[in-house]
Amino acid sequence: MHIPDAETLCRQLAEQIRPHVTPDTALVGIHTGGLWLAERLHALLGIREPLGAIDVSFYRDDYGSKGLHAKPQKTEIPFNVDGSPVILVDDVLYTGRTTRAALNELFDFGRPARVDLAVLVDRGGRELPIGARYCAHTLAEGLPANQVLELQRADGGALTLQLTTRG
Amino acid sequence: MRNPQLNKHGELQHLLTLDGLPRDILTTILDTAAPFTEVAEREVKKLPLLRGKSVFNLFFENSTRTRTTFEIAAKRLSADVVNLNINTSSAAKGESLLDTVDNLCAMQADMFVVRHAASGAPMLIAQHLQNTGRDHIHVVNAGDGRHAHPTQGLLDMYTIRHFKQDFTKLTVAIVGDVLHSRVARSQIAALTTLGVPEVRVIGPKTLLPTAVEKLGVRVFHDMREGLKGVDVVMMLRLQNERMNGALLPTPQEYYKIWGLTAEKLALAKPDAIVMHPGPMNRGVEIDSAVADGAQAVILPQVTFGIAVRMAVMSMLGSN
Repeated sequence: MHIPDAETLCRQLAEQIRPHVTPDTALVGIHTGGLWLAERLHALLGIREPLGAIDVSFYRDDYGSKGLHAKPQKTEIPFNVDGSPVILVDDVLYTGRTTRAALNELFDFGRPARVDLAVLVDRGGRELPIGARYCAHTLAEGLPANQVLELQRADGGALTLQLTTRG
Repeated sequence: MRNPQLNKHGELQHLLTLDGLPRDILTTILDTAAPFTEVAEREVKKLPLLRGKSVFNLFFENSTRTRTTFEIAAKRLSADVVNLNINTSSAAKGESLLDTVDNLCAMQADMFVVRHAASGAPMLIAQHLQNTGRDHIHVVNAGDGRHAHPTQGLLDMYTIRHFKQDFTKLTVAIVGDVLHSRVARSQIAALTTLGVPEVRVIGPKTLLPTAVEKLGVRVFHDMREGLKGVDVVMMLRLQNERMNGALLPTPQEYYKIWGLTAEKLALAKPDAIVMHPGPMNRGVEIDSAVADGAQAVILPQVTFGIAVRMAVMSMLGSN
């Protein structure tokens, strides 16, 4: 399977979003890959509101069976959510469960005017009625469940997409 | 024998004592607590982790701060909390304790937070649950007799790490009534596990347990000598209510020799922090000027205590 270049997709995604950015648009990245991507978009789009970060560990629906993952990161929403147009940013859209958890968490900070989802890649396999308004690349055939597609960041900051097969 | 606090996968099943708790679990609790500190700043101060779970606060001994912080922690995790203050006579302990537990289990309890004047009571409950195959119910020790107060020890470690970062470079002094203090035992266990190279205990001979050196601490009977160059001063409360017989002269005299004053604190490192598990006896073990001074981190301890208890309960709830 051909894995597209993350840097190219990142620029394409920024151009998709650009026409819809308003002065009060805020970005929130989902840890960890989504946050790296959100940092890039934040700079590329010249967003004025400070960047938010969400770790969905405490909102996951598989907490009861899987518990907390190793080291949850801090959720930080440094802008006023009430009335703001928010773009949630994640690297890969899959089942939609992470997005659901992030939405729930975001709403605990206030009532946004609207929420859109921006992702680098849609890998198919949705289990919830969730779609991305902005998406740089869609995998037409989807991926088998034992394959993990995620964003990696090199020490120099370069973004790449990595496909690994689990056990 | 398996550590009674861990399940067969080596995960935390109950939190009973910090003594013998593996370092990686201790560190995981502290790491997990960090993101919980931010929840208090949200519009909705709640996380859904224990939604639909019932937490029973079983307090056989009075405590306002500990019970309240456990209650807040459980509620911020969306649990349903039932507070039971049970005054018990010493004769009614053993069997009636387990009867109480069985009754609450019949009400679908998911977690017990237990404070008891008898050392080992939470362990007894945990063993009872295990013997009766109720592994899905968890026990948190909120202080038992002179034995242990693990969440206090954990929040103290969180506080030290917050202000001093690296445990392996510190000299820490524990001052006062170590003999009656479950807090001190939990602190010593955690500090040792986390690799603090020098733990000192400072106090009069009558208030230090015999052979306290065996816990791996340096013993000082001179407060000024013991405080020299320390990074952290952990004061203990003088536990009048636990004393039978005359172990001490008067509180005034105790203050003169063992009270933490600005003058004695000056012997510690200039950036040393002062901790106290509360409730404080001002003018007995600590001078007001120190308790309210710039080096005191006593109120941050209370705030961190909520996050640490959230971490413990959320880890137990999923194991």
